[in-house]
Amino acid sequence: MFRRATSILTRPILSGRRRPFSTDLQEAYTGDANFIEAWQKVVPNIEPPKTPLSFMKPRPPTPSSVPSKLTVNFVLPYASELSAKEVDMVIIPATTGQMGVLPGHVSTIAELKPGVLSVHEGNDVAKYFVSSGFAFVHANSFADIIAVEAVPLDQIDANQVQKGLAEFTQKLSSATTDLEKAEAQIGVDVHSALNFALQG
Amino acid sequence: MASNAAVPFWRAAGMTYITYSNICANLVRNCLKEPHKTEALTREKVHFSVSKWTEGKPEKPITKMMILTKIIDRGEDL
Repeated sequence: MFRRATSILTRPILSGRRRPFSTDLQEAYTGDANFIEAWQKVVPNIEPPKTPLSFMKPRPPTPSSVPSKLTVNFVLPYASELSAKEVDMVIIPATTGQMGVLPGHVSTIAELKPGVLSVHEGNDVAKYFVSSGFAFVHANSFADIIAVEAVPLDQIDANQVQKGLAEFTQKLSSATTDLEKAEAQIGVDVHSALNFALQG
Repeated sequence: MASNAAVPFWRAAGMTYITYSNICANLVRNCLKEPHKTEALTREKVHFSVSKWTEGKPEKPITKMMILTKIIDRGEDL
């Protein structure tokens, strides 16, 4: 299968349409040139209206040397926990295991499993239990973490966790349909992760 | 080439990611201490409006406010 690889790779890539990578830098949108021209012909004294796209700030460029701090945006559907906060490291509970993200980390998209997210800033560590979500690490050392529910560890009630764990383990053994089994398994996973978080 | 990547168990059981994520979030909310728990339960409520369509026209919509876990259980009853 790979015998022709060298010839295929050295062949120039012929593509009719070059699509930009999502990691390429976008220019700041200054408005549709045609529209602005037409506007100024009709109404020269008033500024043309801005569209939502022109209010969006373009992504900060990837610096040539590794920055010293990681900028984290940690958002929930109802609140923005951390917004452009400069930190040294975050440890995220990815499905593939705990992942430490430092400034200069390779661009990654990670799905999160229920677990503990810790944000390290100097000597302070802030820990949150995240129910599930995604983490996007960009090349310019920005990390966007989105979760549905995230709570500081001291807001978790240990008794409820134990009760829940017992209840779902029992449901798992008595489950019949696939869906019931899946739900019970989710319950067991979440509660054991909560348990582990409380002990650690 | 790999076309059958290992699917997560919940997807194999027919659940979508959103359902999975919402179930996880609800379970976490249930394990909170008071007063955070009552705050969290208010977040769990969803307002939505459902209307059945017959012959290409919507009937009168039913506005509901329900707890998400009950929606999952009651599936087709809506």
